[in-house]
Amino acid sequence: MYIIYFMLILKNMTYEGGIRVKFRSVFDIIGPIMIGPSSSHTAGALRIGKVARNLFGRRPKWAHIHLYGSFAETYKGHGTDVAIVGGLLNFDTFDDRLIRSFEIAKEEGLDYAFFIEQGIPDHPNTAKIVVGDELGELEVVGISVGGGKIEIAEINGFKLKLTGENPAIVILNNDRFGCIANVANILAKHEINIGHMEVSRKEKGKLALMVLELDENINNEIMDEIHALPNILQVARIVE
Amino acid sequence: MLFKTVRDLVELAEKENKKISHIMIEQEMLVTKKSREEIIAQMDKNLQIMENAVQKGLSGVTSHSGLTGGDAVLLQKYIEKGNHLSGDLLLQAVSMAVATNEVNAAMGMICATPTAGSAGVVPGTLFAVKNKFHPSRQEMIEFLFTAGAFGYVVANNSFISGAAGGCQAEVGSASGMASAAIVEMVGGTPRQSAHAMAITLKNMLGLVCDPVAGLVEVPCIKRNAMGAANAIVAADMALAGIESKIPCDEVIEAMFRVGKMMPSSLRETAQGGLAVTPTALKIQKEIHAGGEK
Repeated sequence: MYIIYFMLILKNMTYEGGIRVKFRSVFDIIGPIMIGPSSSHTAGALRIGKVARNLFGRRPKWAHIHLYGSFAETYKGHGTDVAIVGGLLNFDTFDDRLIRSFEIAKEEGLDYAFFIEQGIPDHPNTAKIVVGDELGELEVVGISVGGGKIEIAEINGFKLKLTGENPAIVILNNDRFGCIANVANILAKHEINIGHMEVSRKEKGKLALMVLELDENINNEIMDEIHALPNILQVARIVE
Repeated sequence: MLFKTVRDLVELAEKENKKISHIMIEQEMLVTKKSREEIIAQMDKNLQIMENAVQKGLSGVTSHSGLTGGDAVLLQKYIEKGNHLSGDLLLQAVSMAVATNEVNAAMGMICATPTAGSAGVVPGTLFAVKNKFHPSRQEMIEFLFTAGAFGYVVANNSFISGAAGGCQAEVGSASGMASAAIVEMVGGTPRQSAHAMAITLKNMLGLVCDPVAGLVEVPCIKRNAMGAANAIVAADMALAGIESKIPCDEVIEAMFRVGKMMPSSLRETAQGGLAVTPTALKIQKEIHAGGEK
């Protein structure tokens, strides 16, 4: 396993001559279609909320949202708070219900609280979102890098070392043998190459996490196929 | 990856005798493995959103704070009187850029180009040039791919958000992108597109991001207005054969270095520049007192 891991890292380093290409698609530049007023503070913020929602896998009962840097300074004017709650409700950036997301959260029983943090983050637009219900909780740290594009920096305290250059998915699973192999088999079957992979767990036999950087985006059918595997709890895209 | 710099882009376009928009479409096919038709259809959808936003803005909107709105309409009425100083095309571009950003400030639907705060420049200039040169729908879509190609280089070599690099990174990038796309649309060469972008961006270097009360309204909307004007004048200069002595990639790099030197107070935190003038602070206080979110 370690040898394979090392080889994957080497391969990743040589990809595209090692030059960082964070914005891969022309639609990262011309797009997204969104409700204003800010791509980083509204659309990007919403997307961080949406990743938390997707990783959690169901509508959370409560959410603690911590805002840092420029998010903390200017969230009110940009509707960053409204947007993150909209993301937690699984809205898209162009959903015009966004303006009413606080109201809708109340109707749907999502209890949210905001914490304005003084700490200076590595990136000016950082949010930490902790979501939960009676069955469990999940923590996501996301940064909005501009133009609506985001990066997920941490999941459940585990720091992700993603390049942001390639599409990436996160899988939450029960820590059992065979999970990694099963996921790899499905990707192999669909001829999708893994550029970089990290695995982690908090405690032996409990919750584990896989982060995979892929050479291409995978469609919903493949996402569903992975989700249907034994011991796989959640599958979510974190970089598209 | 087909290109990483403006130089790559221009050389490739010249060598293969292709428009920059076509190279951008090919690269998108390569990266996303989507078909040409799918990619063009997606851009067509973005174009439609831009048209809707301009129409909405020209009918008059007001932001939730009450701070902005209605200037696009004022300018249209002024143009109709026919006694204006600048040309029709220039003022139309300014009016439509303002219209888009007024809709954005009012939490309406827009297409980020490259960001929401700078969403007015590209469509504003596109529709103004359209009114005079009557491009086909296909050519209008190509305009967006060309703008996207130049923005793609900036985003990957520098930055495009005000929080990271100030307004120069946001409206500066948008204006450079627009300028390059205008040149292609009216028949200029890829090299002239690069010079237009360089000339535009050079004139927006150092522009800080200092939103009053943290809102994407003042001075953002008027910066889009002047960004559109800047893009058109630079396009005209490049089409006349004027070249930027500093190559476009080096201007982009300079923008990156200037942005890195900008203090956090001038990068979208509303703690410097216009945001801390007595009037801005008064506005901020009023908005907070009014319970405005």
